Amino acid sequence: MRVFTGIDLGSTTTKAVMLDENGDILGRGITNSRSNYDLAAAIAKAEARTSARFVLLGRELATTEDAAALDRFLPRLQIELRRRQHLQRLEVLREICAEECQHPRVARIREELERRVDQIVSQLVAAEARPGPLAIITKEAKGSDFFRDRASSDYSRLAEKAADVEVGFDDLMSIFDKAIIRVENTELKEGFEELILQALLDLGSRFDETTLARYRAAVQRTLAIELIDGGVIGTGYGRQRLPFPKESIRSEILCHGLGAHHQFPNTRTVLDIGGQDTKAIQVDGVGIVTSFQMNDRCAAGCGRYLGYIADEMNLGLHELGPIALQSERTVKISSTCTVFAGAELRDHLSSGQRQEDILAGLHRAIILRAMSLLARSGGIDDEFTFTGGVANNPAAVKALRQLVQENYGDRVLNISPNSIYTGALGAALFCRRAAEDRAAA
Amino acid sequence: MDNVDKEPSMLKQKEMIGAHFDRLAEAPAQGKKVVYTFVPGNLTELLLSFDVLPVYPEINALQSAMRKRSGDFISEAERIGHSEDVCTYVKCDIGMKRSGNIGPTGKPIPKPDLLLLSYTGCFTFLKWFELLREEYDCPVVLLHTPYQADGEITPSMREYMVRQIRSEVIPALEKLTGRAYDEDRLRECLELSRQAEDDMVHVLESAQNRPSPIDAYFGGVFYIGPMFTAFRGTKAAVDYYAMLKQEVDARIARGEGPITPDGPMGPEKYRLVVEGPPNWTHFREFWRMFSEEGAVVVASTYTKVGGVFDFGFRHDPNDPLGTLADYCMGCYTNRSLPQRVEMLASYAKKFSADGILVNSVKSCNSFSAGQLVILREVEKRTGIAGGFIETDLVDARYFSAANVKNRIESYLQMIEQKRSGKTEEVRA
Ligand code: SF4
Repeated sequence: MRVFTGIDLGSTTTKAVMLDENGDILGRGITNSRSNYDLAAAIAKAEARTSARFVLLGRELATTEDAAALDRFLPRLQIELRRRQHLQRLEVLREICAEECQHPRVARIREELERRVDQIVSQLVAAEARPGPLAIITKEAKGSDFFRDRASSDYSRLAEKAADVEVGFDDLMSIFDKAIIRVENTELKEGFEELILQALLDLGSRFDETTLARYRAAVQRTLAIELIDGGVIGTGYGRQRLPFPKESIRSEILCHGLGAHHQFPNTRTVLDIGGQDTKAIQVDGVGIVTSFQMNDRCAAGCGRYLGYIADEMNLGLHELGPIALQSERTVKISSTCTVFAGAELRDHLSSGQRQEDILAGLHRAIILRAMSLLARSGGIDDEFTFTGGVANNPAAVKALRQLVQENYGDRVLNISPNSIYTGALGAALFCRRAAEDRAAA
Repeated sequence: MDNVDKEPSMLKQKEMIGAHFDRLAEAPAQGKKVVYTFVPGNLTELLLSFDVLPVYPEINALQSAMRKRSGDFISEAERIGHSEDVCTYVKCDIGMKRSGNIGPTGKPIPKPDLLLLSYTGCFTFLKWFELLREEYDCPVVLLHTPYQADGEITPSMREYMVRQIRSEVIPALEKLTGRAYDEDRLRECLELSRQAEDDMVHVLESAQNRPSPIDAYFGGVFYIGPMFTAFRGTKAAVDYYAMLKQEVDARIARGEGPITPDGPMGPEKYRLVVEGPPNWTHFREFWRMFSEEGAVVVASTYTKVGGVFDFGFRHDPNDPLGTLADYCMGCYTNRSLPQRVEMLASYAKKFSADGILVNSVKSCNSFSAGQLVILREVEKRTGIAGGFIETDLVDARYFSAANVKNRIESYLQMIEQKRSGKTEEVRA
């Protein structure tokens, strides 16, 4: 089976989408963007490939199993696979930690440090190796950065216990902090193909022999499907350095337009608010961009701005929206400039304004800026699709709905749960199209 | 400017500019008078007929930017109180003056003996000379140029201009130089202007060829250099344009495209019309963003700010003052929005362009206003794809390379999509 991949190298995350020959989405992958673009692209692609395998497995199973059985089995299998991958990563972590312990900085306590770090990692392995239902299914979408989150919290908990006057907590953590970055930057040797049968074995005891035999047969059939790389198209913030030839790179604006069209075929206007930039795009009936505007060199009013505000208020980024939704009286905020916002924020706080009202004002300010870009790109036509990280923020969506209503009247507002993948999806569609064109030529 | 084009015309231009700055540096010692004036609507022939040397502050500013000096100059001007929102040409010029007034060739530029404000379409120009008057403590003579608000030059506008030239500008120059107005000399200069203008128009029109032998924006700013500044009305300019014309004709005969700072451009893939001035601080990088993609600019309005010649106007030696009036009022900057739309739309057609791109500069309140409306209107009339980028003239802080490149690439890919028949219109 030929597959087509789109990769969107964003400022914070790198996304990959894989399509099959019919243009249906097979898999998605996401990872942290890193300084090494090649690696981020490779990891996101590998993730998408793994998730594509699960989709294919689902298709195979559907020929023999009912939906309820599928729902019981597939997520579990996915967890087991992920657990296997984590075990692999922990072994890499062990090796790299040992290397880090050789640094002259820790020469004084080397032996003891080495021993304790290894012990901690062994405990992590032991915890992970225990088969059973792991409560990680909700974190599925977070992909490889999940390993870091989980490993850090467990490691630091264990390091606290292991620390004493001789080897301090900071010593133990400094090894981990250095090592984890390198671990993240190491590609796993084994993926779906190598690990899936083991994962199935891990699950074995939960199903009877005949069921398991059917599952195994489905897995075998899935493995027999060859995924032939039909091409890769790259896009996104880091696209200049995407590890692809120039012909394989498409503008993120075109990709967002086409991706949004695929998600919602009646889309005519797209707003994308990402970490670093905001784009207002008009597309025609087949998803081709006819006009666009984006913010100028200043990232004011983009996702970053919210991150900055969250830091200023000592809140998590994901908390901002829900808090702002509680507001009853939106405070008027004049600046979306990150430099001035801090001062304005403190002003409002010290004059006794409520946090939720200020936050509601900040969200409105961001959307106001986006509204001006939208107006300059040609207005908001029906239907209107909102993409990018900020589309997951309920307060931003609420402000957008209000302002669209006030300025343009009734418009259908689409937000896909997979909106973060819009750019990568567009790139994958371009990839498939290019292959079609090549075939036609 | 050094190695943009190794052709003889380029070397000649460099020589001409070098000689001009030498003359300026020696002016005080030689007792020559110096007049500062602006590019749009400049009365260079009249100045030359009085044997005074012109200096163009905008040109100094853009050259400072190309030599990466504008940042310091702008900071200097901001330090003495000019806000961030002031046109950066002004700040760059003031800063340069405060930093010793050294010109692009490293020689000092003398202070003005007179400020000739011959164009009033941009209010900033008035304020700019008001500042220079303070700085240099020298007289200003003002030629009030009526704006073509209704899209035409009426006989009364013309009379008004001629009257001012006769009763304000000429007496001021006579007083400055101690010479009498010499109309024959002016006619001679105007005749030389006319000749050079013919050849320059030929060069700019050559972009109708496929591939275009020139880039009419990035390359164009060099081609208009002599014509818009101290050389219009001189034999040197006539020779320069004759030489340039020959070179361009030879390129057409050989089927060659433009020469860029990185050498001859690759195959022509996109033909663009551009509105708005270029960015000067990253001039080469900016040009490369187009040339690397195979985008050539076939017509631009910026190359008309110092005179619109391609619709037939030529300086006319038989009507010396009337022709100066027509020239001043006819500059691109003095044209109404509908006229600008008309001009861009006609370029799109005449030069078979694939797209119209606006480079909106942050500095210029006068001409950035309305550009989006112009863009939409031209798109509507011609059906070609419109694009919009934002930079600044000489303030590097307003040039975000990644952002500009991103927009240009997206824009060109948009044109590509449109052309390749993937769009709705074509499919339907
Ligand atoms: S505002 Fe525009 S027209 Fe006026 S001086 Fe500045 S750049 Fe020139």
